[in-house]
Amino acid sequence: MCAAVKYGSRGPALIPRMKTKHRIYYITLFSVVLLGLIATGMFQFWPHSIESSAEWSLDRRSVHDAPLVRIPVSSPIPERGDLSCRMHTCFDVYRCGYNPKNKIKVYIYPLQRFVDEVGVPISSTGLSREYNDLLSAISDSDFYTDDVTRACLFIPSVDVMNQNSLRIRETAQALAMLPRWDKGMNHLLFNMLPGGPPDYNTALDVPRDRALLAGGGFSTWTYRQGYDVSIPVYSPLSAEVDLPERQPGPRRYFILSSQTAIHREYRVELERLKEENGEALLLLDKCSNLSQGLASVRKRCYKGQVYDYPQILQESSFCVVLRGARLGQATLSDVLQAGCVPVIMADSYILPFSEVLDWKRASVVIPEEKLPEMYTILKSIPHRQVEEMQRQARWFWDAYFSSMKAIGMTTLQIINDRIYPYAARTYEEWNNPPVVKWSSVNSPLFLPLIPPRSPGFTAVVLTYDRIESLFRVITEISKVPSLAKLLVVWNNQNKSPPEETLWPKVAVPLKVVRTKENKLSNRFFPFDEIETEAVLAIDDDIIMLTSDELQFGYEVWREFPDRLVGYPGRLHLWDHEMGKWKYESEWTNEVSMVLTGAAFYHKYFNYLYTYKMPGDIKNWVDAHMNCEDIAMNFLVANITGKAPIKVTPRKKFKCPECTAIDGLSLDQTHMVERSECINKFASVFGTMPLKVVEHRADPVLYKDDFPEKLKSFPNIGSL
Amino acid sequence: MQARKKYVLLGLCSFCWLLLYYLQDRLLGFLAYRRGEGARPWPDWLDRDLLPGFAEHAELLNDGGPGDSPRQRRQAWTGIYKDSRCRMETCFDFARCQALSAFRVYVYPPEKSERVSESYRKILTSVAESRYYTSDPREACLFVLGIDTLDRDQLSTQFVPNVDERIRGYPLWNDGRNHVIFNLYSGTWPNYTEDLGFNMGQAILAKASLNTEHFRPGFDVSIPLFSKEHPQKGGERGWLVRNTVPPRRKYLLMFKGKRYLTGIGSDTRNALHHIHNGKDIVSLTTCRHGKDWEKHKDARCDRDNREYERFDYQELLHNSTFCLVPRGRRLGSFRFLESLQAACIPVLLSNGWELPFSDVIQWNQAVVEGDERLLLQVPSTVRAVSPDRVLALRQRTQMLWDAYFSSVDKIVLTTLEIIKDRVYSHISRNKFMWNALPGGLLVLPEYSTHLAHYPFYYHSLGISPGQEFTAVIHATSPLLSQSQPIMKLLQVVSKSKYCSQIIILWNSEKSLPQRSKWPPMPVPLIVTDGRRKTSSRFLPHAAIETEAVLSLDEDTVLLTSEINFAFHVWRSFPERIVGYPPRSHFWDPVKKAWGYTSKWTNEYSIVLTGAAFYHRYYHHLFSHYLPSSLRALVDRTANCEDILMNFLVSSVTHMPPIKVAQRKQYKEMPTLQGTKMAPWANPEHFTQRQECVNTFASWFGYMPLMHSQFRLDPVLFKDHVSVLRKRYKDLERV
Repeated sequence: MCAAVKYGSRGPALIPRMKTKHRIYYITLFSVVLLGLIATGMFQFWPHSIESSAEWSLDRRSVHDAPLVRIPVSSPIPERGDLSCRMHTCFDVYRCGYNPKNKIKVYIYPLQRFVDEVGVPISSTGLSREYNDLLSAISDSDFYTDDVTRACLFIPSVDVMNQNSLRIRETAQALAMLPRWDKGMNHLLFNMLPGGPPDYNTALDVPRDRALLAGGGFSTWTYRQGYDVSIPVYSPLSAEVDLPERQPGPRRYFILSSQTAIHREYRVELERLKEENGEALLLLDKCSNLSQGLASVRKRCYKGQVYDYPQILQESSFCVVLRGARLGQATLSDVLQAGCVPVIMADSYILPFSEVLDWKRASVVIPEEKLPEMYTILKSIPHRQVEEMQRQARWFWDAYFSSMKAIGMTTLQIINDRIYPYAARTYEEWNNPPVVKWSSVNSPLFLPLIPPRSPGFTAVVLTYDRIESLFRVITEISKVPSLAKLLVVWNNQNKSPPEETLWPKVAVPLKVVRTKENKLSNRFFPFDEIETEAVLAIDDDIIMLTSDELQFGYEVWREFPDRLVGYPGRLHLWDHEMGKWKYESEWTNEVSMVLTGAAFYHKYFNYLYTYKMPGDIKNWVDAHMNCEDIAMNFLVANITGKAPIKVTPRKKFKCPECTAIDGLSLDQTHMVERSECINKFASVFGTMPLKVVEHRADPVLYKDDFPEKLKSFPNIGSL
Repeated sequence: MQARKKYVLLGLCSFCWLLLYYLQDRLLGFLAYRRGEGARPWPDWLDRDLLPGFAEHAELLNDGGPGDSPRQRRQAWTGIYKDSRCRMETCFDFARCQALSAFRVYVYPPEKSERVSESYRKILTSVAESRYYTSDPREACLFVLGIDTLDRDQLSTQFVPNVDERIRGYPLWNDGRNHVIFNLYSGTWPNYTEDLGFNMGQAILAKASLNTEHFRPGFDVSIPLFSKEHPQKGGERGWLVRNTVPPRRKYLLMFKGKRYLTGIGSDTRNALHHIHNGKDIVSLTTCRHGKDWEKHKDARCDRDNREYERFDYQELLHNSTFCLVPRGRRLGSFRFLESLQAACIPVLLSNGWELPFSDVIQWNQAVVEGDERLLLQVPSTVRAVSPDRVLALRQRTQMLWDAYFSSVDKIVLTTLEIIKDRVYSHISRNKFMWNALPGGLLVLPEYSTHLAHYPFYYHSLGISPGQEFTAVIHATSPLLSQSQPIMKLLQVVSKSKYCSQIIILWNSEKSLPQRSKWPPMPVPLIVTDGRRKTSSRFLPHAAIETEAVLSLDEDTVLLTSEINFAFHVWRSFPERIVGYPPRSHFWDPVKKAWGYTSKWTNEYSIVLTGAAFYHRYYHHLFSHYLPSSLRALVDRTANCEDILMNFLVSSVTHMPPIKVAQRKQYKEMPTLQGTKMAPWANPEHFTQRQECVNTFASWFGYMPLMHSQFRLDPVLFKDHVSVLRKRYKDLERV
């Protein structure tokens, strides 16, 4: 319409000199057409909205409304699970495809109620609350897809969590009827209680072709390593009882046994341990005098004394988890939740998520035969380690046991890691609790190496227009034996660098790069011209360093290639009065930073500075034309957890702080600004990564009573 | 005219309409798809809260009753789960290995006429020289056969016939229980099955190229395939000498090897040429192998063979970021160790291969596990690996190579340690210990299973070492007067605020002096008898409760501030030795041997433990990791214990020790008593030390010592500034 009006008023070329009558006609025509278009659009959108609202209303259906499917008696039964199945034999990877996000797509079959020919359901419970929670969680996750053709993993909505409630044959037939079953390929079943009386198999007895099984209570003979996933037996108490996390530390009891279904032979052993060690052990059993029901589940007794379960678990350092008829025990989950270290005695049991979780850090696994030695074994564990294990146990529960969602997501992540192993989560990601993840460091240059001397280093000189001083610096540096290349970063856009003939003659290649903007960050750019790992960042006014000092600095860097190795050292201090960090450059006995006006470092940190600097630090530095060295010190200390190395004695440096004439700023304001930098960076990093040390590196024979001419680096510290 | 325009317009409009109508399906389809991704397809059931639990509380509680009698079950198991279903619980006799110290390995003496291959001889030597070896079969927990079982390919010249009859004749065989059988090659052309050609009963199989299907988890050990040139001990370091950035090398991915025209493994090898692009991906196959290759020759062969000759394998190995390690006839290949050593990240195409030491090593941190079925995805997969990850993977290949694979010794010892960890599962290494530097072999779980008790995990745990140290003073001269150097030393040490206790190790010929002879101390003083053994100074005394140990000779002259400063430095480098007087080793090209010097030089590789800080774990390593032969040498000569300690620590850290500032130079002159010559004044003493260096280097198989060119001084050391400002001003006093 708008267009029509515009056309009309301008008198466009298409309809020149129109009469008003026609104009009205056209406007009407256009309006009709546009209205029609809009209406069509609306109409096309409507059905969808109607559909989705219908979906919404369907969303609020009852599980009993799910379509009924009758299983013919003759319906095929899948083969029993093949024990030799592995990802490369029984899993179709082509369905998962190459995927830049490295994430598998999971499809969930819509719910159906399977009944046999006479209408008896295949399961006595149907969909359980837990399985429903699990499927909801998966459908809410990134893994989910509703497009069956794009799916890599299929999850039947047939609930097989508890084998006791299943009719085995019919359940198997129901599985085989699933439209994409295809010999169970890429199908994942969740089962927590496998087997049935009397012998209790350790894996689900439902024949399932090649389907993957996420099972609770696998033994080493039924678990197909690298194919199945061992999951915990979910404890419904997790949702009912909120046990606040308790600080790790000594508890009232040393060992606690809370299970009620313990074999008599073991109970006798436990009683004997109790006799020997008295109060340290607490042996609970079910309460005989309480009425059956929920209350009895939450109570345990010892000699008539009643204890609240699972709260009592928090009162013990170690909690026994013995096998019963089945290997997997829901008690394990309760014990972990209580932050009690599980003492697992279940020979051949595959611990939950053992493919990725390091149970040795959260539990003690003792062979059943060694039950009588339990007390001695546990006593030999140092206190600090018990505390670590308590923390670790609780963290395992929080992350992997606490809900059906946690269990489901962990299972899918494990399968995902197998399909995209090159993008798999690391041991640390799986096993380090947040507090360790936060404080620990995994240096990217972790291998202890002393790189060879021969490649030398590249000196990167940042300059603006101090030509004379720059030339002196170049001449001085060029005397250093290990210098491989000189790179002058010309940060002045208004002036061209001097002609080639005017530069000092040096034996190594000299290259000038011109920058687009006058930014301090330019000095840390990972220029392709830097071909050595070692970079010497140097200001154009650092003329006082001798060749021996520079060469020595390079030698020290070779022994610390993952650190900043520099000359003038600085310190950060906590100002108690102001309640914030302060920058210190005066004669201090400690060092936590080295100035990058003259420092060696690994080229890797150039990438880090340019591309991985957290927050807005980089822009802040460029805007304020200050603190790029402090930022670099923060960055390196944060990722390596190590202090820089200051080399050689203090010299009078023509550094920003020492001169107010041609430096960047005046003394006082400069110091204030740098203190501000430290506070700002500490808040961006969320921590104070700088490490304070009291040492500096000197040549072995520095100031020793030894002929100077025999020293490798005689000219150190001269003024 | 106007009518025409009318129609034109009308036509235009209807066209637009139609176009929109036609496109809307896609447009809406797209929108709907986007919505579909975010929608909740699993319904939020109305009666969600009414759903039953998957199990009744009581059911979970009772768990089908207590089950069978555990004792009966265990007995039944041994009957059912044997041979191919063996597990430690059923096929291993734990009774033979009761105490932790009872883990002993017995090697059957090879018969005289026995033909033993080079590789197997090395394996037997490794076992025999390990600290677990015993010559008495009665006290053995594990047994290793004297018969060479490495090559079970019947067509091979190394094949040993009649193994079955022979092992059945062994009285100790016991159906293979507690036996370890080493094997590199099984089966033969054309199927290369896992069959060993004899019944190994319930023996543990340590085998290369193991298939996951045949691998008995928690029982067998997968070992790497190694060549007969693989060194007995020590072994070459990895080839990575520096971390170049950006980490990409000239070639992205390389393969150079045989292409099997027929038979097992040919599927994968035949397809490898598809990913060759002649630029950054070099995948070369040759048809030339075996005698009759020309019979199976196909159209590609000539071209491929020509291309194959153009590139040099070693050159590719050095210059490639990733190396393809496809299966051969068998699942494992030499290529695996070669690329690991060359820091060329292995890209595995060997479905079903149980990777070497897979029980303990987290391979996904060092290799890219591909899938034979997805060969064509390999280029895009490796291209997508970020530079940071390349850097990490590459360093990890070196760590693993150096920790577990560089020598036969390491491979055999790793196998034994894995089995030992299973036998004593409650006192064993966790995955972290196996995968972090310096590797599992240098972590002795008998010492502790707690990570914070080791000197090398502080950074990864985000903690720092404790604030206190224990001084261990080695006393050899009798206590005569209160002005003896040791009295002065006690005063100096106890004055340090970081000193928590002092242990005097009494190694004098005179008996222990009375308690009252010692001066009163502000810290606990413990005197223990060293039984006049030099190695006793590195015994893991239970009394040492702090992480840091300050080892001292009785005549050491130090200042409290020197001690304090050195302790500060040690806390920054807890995995190294931090000490005062330096020494150095060097290679003497004339004698073709290592030399030792105590002259002042510009670099050092040893600091004397007569005055040095180090982590107490090194006491444990010294006493339990090193062979008793080396400790015996130390005791016999009453010398070299400090050199040995330096060897040990440098072999763990791959770093030199650290020398710190000292006021006076450690003077090598006779003590004031004059009655007894100080041992180091003796020229023989010096020759002994030369010999020690060479003996130690030969046990380690390489020279672990490294040189350093700096020493650490206090920040203001000898600076032109008022002494009042200096924290360690005493160091500058003359």
